[in-house]
Amino acid sequence: MSELKKIKEKFLLKIQSKLNPSEINQIKTDLFGKEGLITSQFKKIGSIAESERKKFASDLNLIKDELSDLIDLKSKEVEIEQINIKLRKEKIDVTLPERNFLRGKIHPVSQTIDEISAIFSEIGFNVEEGPDVENEYNNFTALNTPDNHPARDMHDTFYLDVNKEKLLRTHTSPVQIRTMMNGKAPFKIIAPGRTYRSDSDQTHSPMFHQVEGLHIDKNINMGHLKGCLNYFIKEFFEVDKIKMRFRPSHFPFTEPSAEVDIGYEIKDGKIIIGEGDKWLEILGCGMVHPNVLKNVKVDPKKYQGYAFGIGIDRLAMLKYGINDLRSFFECDYRWLNHYGFDPIDVPTNYRGLSR
Amino acid sequence: MKITYDWLKDHLLTNNSEKFLLSKLTDIGLEVESVEDASMDLDKFIVAKIVKAKKHPNADRLKICDVDIGKSKTIEVVCGATNAKDGLFTIYAPPGAIIPKNNIKLSVTKIRNVTSYGMLCSEAELNLSNESDGIIELKKNKYYKKVGKKYFDKKSSKLIDLSITPNRSDCLGIRGIARDLSAAGFGKFIISKNKKIKFKGNKKINVKISSEKNQGCLAFGSCLIKNVENVESPQWLKDKLISIGQKPISAIVDVTNYIMLDLNRPLHAYDADKINKGIIVRNSKKGEKFKALNNKEYKLGEGMCVITDNSGVLGLGGIIGGITTGTELGTKNVLLESAYFTPRSIRKTSKELNIDTDAKFRFERGIDPFSIEEGLVKASELIKEICGGEINKIDIKSIGKFKDTYIKFEIKSFQKIAGFKLPTKVIIKILNDLGFGIRINKNFLKLKVPSWRPDITQEIDVIEELMRIYGYDKIKQIEPIKNRKKPTLNKSQKLFHFLQRAIAAKGYQEAITWSFTDSKINDYFKSNNKNIKIVNPISSDLDVLRNSIFSNLIYHLNKNLNRDFKDLSIFEIGPVFYGSNPGEQETVIGALRSGKINRLSWIEKERNIDIFDIKKDVFKTLVEVGYDRSKFFVDDNTPNYYHPGKSGRVFLNKGKDRVAAYFGEIHPTIIKKMNIKTESLIGFEIFVNNLKDTKKTLKDQKTKYLVTDFQKSERDFAFIIDKNFDTQELIEIIFNTDRELIKDVNIFDVYEGEKIPENKKSIALNITIQSMNKPLNDNDLEKLNKLIIDNVEKKTGAKIRS
Repeated sequence: MSELKKIKEKFLLKIQSKLNPSEINQIKTDLFGKEGLITSQFKKIGSIAESERKKFASDLNLIKDELSDLIDLKSKEVEIEQINIKLRKEKIDVTLPERNFLRGKIHPVSQTIDEISAIFSEIGFNVEEGPDVENEYNNFTALNTPDNHPARDMHDTFYLDVNKEKLLRTHTSPVQIRTMMNGKAPFKIIAPGRTYRSDSDQTHSPMFHQVEGLHIDKNINMGHLKGCLNYFIKEFFEVDKIKMRFRPSHFPFTEPSAEVDIGYEIKDGKIIIGEGDKWLEILGCGMVHPNVLKNVKVDPKKYQGYAFGIGIDRLAMLKYGINDLRSFFECDYRWLNHYGFDPIDVPTNYRGLSR
Repeated sequence: MKITYDWLKDHLLTNNSEKFLLSKLTDIGLEVESVEDASMDLDKFIVAKIVKAKKHPNADRLKICDVDIGKSKTIEVVCGATNAKDGLFTIYAPPGAIIPKNNIKLSVTKIRNVTSYGMLCSEAELNLSNESDGIIELKKNKYYKKVGKKYFDKKSSKLIDLSITPNRSDCLGIRGIARDLSAAGFGKFIISKNKKIKFKGNKKINVKISSEKNQGCLAFGSCLIKNVENVESPQWLKDKLISIGQKPISAIVDVTNYIMLDLNRPLHAYDADKINKGIIVRNSKKGEKFKALNNKEYKLGEGMCVITDNSGVLGLGGIIGGITTGTELGTKNVLLESAYFTPRSIRKTSKELNIDTDAKFRFERGIDPFSIEEGLVKASELIKEICGGEINKIDIKSIGKFKDTYIKFEIKSFQKIAGFKLPTKVIIKILNDLGFGIRINKNFLKLKVPSWRPDITQEIDVIEELMRIYGYDKIKQIEPIKNRKKPTLNKSQKLFHFLQRAIAAKGYQEAITWSFTDSKINDYFKSNNKNIKIVNPISSDLDVLRNSIFSNLIYHLNKNLNRDFKDLSIFEIGPVFYGSNPGEQETVIGALRSGKINRLSWIEKERNIDIFDIKKDVFKTLVEVGYDRSKFFVDDNTPNYYHPGKSGRVFLNKGKDRVAAYFGEIHPTIIKKMNIKTESLIGFEIFVNNLKDTKKTLKDQKTKYLVTDFQKSERDFAFIIDKNFDTQELIEIIFNTDRELIKDVNIFDVYEGEKIPENKKSIALNITIQSMNKPLNDNDLEKLNKLIIDNVEKKTGAKIRS
């Protein structure tokens, strides 16, 4: 066997065996290094007889290429294996918990206010606000509830002075007065906000929330009122159908006045709105009393319209199945987390109220 | 207002069902609050016979009665009545029965070691009379066959409780309710005829209404009935009163109550013999005293309408009578009063003295001034029928004259409000049924308002009557138009909205707490504000309006800590108050974080929450809602509820801006005083009203896009600087060295201690340098380095650390 063949056989075997990168490097040096076996053979070419020189050179080149390719291949193979070994060693338990994160929540009352605003925005109402401390005039007198009116007794009012001139507003209706006093008809507003009455039990809290609605224009009648509320209730409770009942009532600042009941039933301990034959009172409304319009310098012969007042907390309770009104304001972390909403749940017209 | 269908039928011819009645009442605005089946409870009371009354072994005054209740065996009942004796027929209440007088439910009890199964009842216990002395003695000949049978055999009609709105005084009498029902097509209203009464004489007690300013009594009718025998009321009258939950007292009192409930005509009965000469209706003098029928003595203020005689005050007109002239069973001569008191005077007096009575409730809402005579006639006749006696001529004194109200009602005005047309015929029919006088003209009606409807004064009131009776269900719904002419929210409302959700997105739970708070906690957080007291707080620990969000928030945070929560993030956005006038309030976000970060984390080192956590929350929030971080300015001037060395004040711009926010540790003294147990308590406040509107729309915020790919260089510096020198200022000085080339300054180390002189600190910074116009060479960079060092050293007294 020629020397070349011997080299080839020997190294083919070597290359096929299990090798690490330094062993591969050693083989490379042994073959192609300065004193390497293949290198030495190339050095020999000149001394070989001319007749055999061509073949020898050709054979040597073949063997060189073959071995060199094989070494490259092996080298890649080992490299991949080495990486795999390293990665296997790096494996960790990915089921360990992630780093802690906090999840904040929006209070159900805030969410409900945003829902209400989104719904009324669609039919052209804009949001107005007023101060929590009101004067007696805006809260009562201007709203056609003079000093001697028994309806004042129904509002257990918190006062800030002994003369009873400054008080915590008992409803959001004074925003009507402020808006109309400072602006020009037509008006189409809602006014959500805090309201206060000196009363506390499971269904009463000394502070609660109301949204006032007011639509004054040239020919707004009770049909518009009914249509507006029907639309609102359907949208708010996200149902296709609603059973709604208008019932005559009395508020000094509206005439005719109505209370609105919605039909409901209890299914599996949960309240279902829009079905059943039980009635639930949810709001008060009516046509704005001409005396109120006169008080705010709006001519009742030219303009008329409706107003309504809705308990926001109560709506939230109904929609989200919350039992105790007082729990809204007790800040129990568990309650806030349970009934709160993710801040990205912004009620919008195009996306709707719910995900 | 409590009614029964049976009583309604005194004024209404109808065969309609009770269910229909209930829905009709609600439909016309007389809301049914509740319906009670009183007879169910009373069914349990049965006629019984005491077979044997034995002495109780352990109590001298008690007896053990073997009682026959119609069963095969007698039962044992312990009884304290002296009249309990063998063979007595009486009324027995079994365990489970509810005693009408006190609403107590009976159970089997041991009395002095003897078991008693139920109770034998007195008349008072069953609300049959005031007789509480001994048990009821039933007549043997009437009841001997009825042992074991129900005592209240008549099925009493259901008790319907109506919520009458304050404008409907007429419906505080059952007749008024019947009239309304009839107008709405529910039965036929029975018009009661006024019988001509035969007066026996002309005797009277002189009445004088003094004419003085603010006289609360406009008319005073009286009728003297002589030689009566005041007895217990007859059964029909007792039954009537009991059926709506009233307690019979004596015939005279019961008759006046009956007339009030039936006709909404309050009356008062005096024992005429106890009146000293005549009656004078006048204004009270300050300090006058008077003992009322409720056994309370009242000290009167000035100008209250009082009924008096020569001896003093007999009663508060229209509110409550006095004890000195009250009728008793022995009363021989009765003076009936039927008067008109003005709602304003009634309201003022009753509020001042805090008295609420049935009469006050009615006069306050306005009584039919023309019902004075009718009330006297009906009551005196009834009294005569029951108690005998002679009715003397009615005497009505009045100051001024009552005028009828007339309204011009344009037919078309109904449609304008209701949205639909009502035929004139229907309009006339309804108004006629309600008692209006009507004169028909071409386009309008001239209406005379019934005197019992003081609430109706203008056209809109008439429209409401028509709508109410015709039915709200007839209103045709008009779908709203989806059209928006004005933006729904203004700038500051949007800002509120963004801030609220931006804070929540950082892991804070939104809380809503009351606008009032405990002044003791408020004191910690009120800064320079004064307590804004509520005159009539709901409780003494909610006595002031809050000057800060923190008072309630910290209180509730502490409650959550006590629930064993440790790491809390909580915020509220809402009003705080700085004065008691409308508008002296501002919107503030208050937020608190307690405890640790990475508590019990397997991966991160746990540490206390600190003020740089919260500073991040504040700054990120402000940046998110549209303000420029590079312009923010912070100093350490903060209110006294923050840790003086660990709190900051934030302005959106350096200069004359109002405070945008505070952040910092809550003062350790407050934490200690409030006994709050947590590793760390940090808070911030953002003053929403102090944030200027970000004028820019989103499209304006997108300025020209300017970037460069020229080489960026970073250089590190360390300066030794005075310990109290603000890093904020150092950074600004560096930026000002070359605003164009210096793109960023980062603090990567702050060090005090070894190798650093006392009162100094070492600050290490990394500065990013880049030109928008050209690549910078080493020379350029060297020059800038030197400039930065020179500038800092010169302006701050710092030394570069080598």
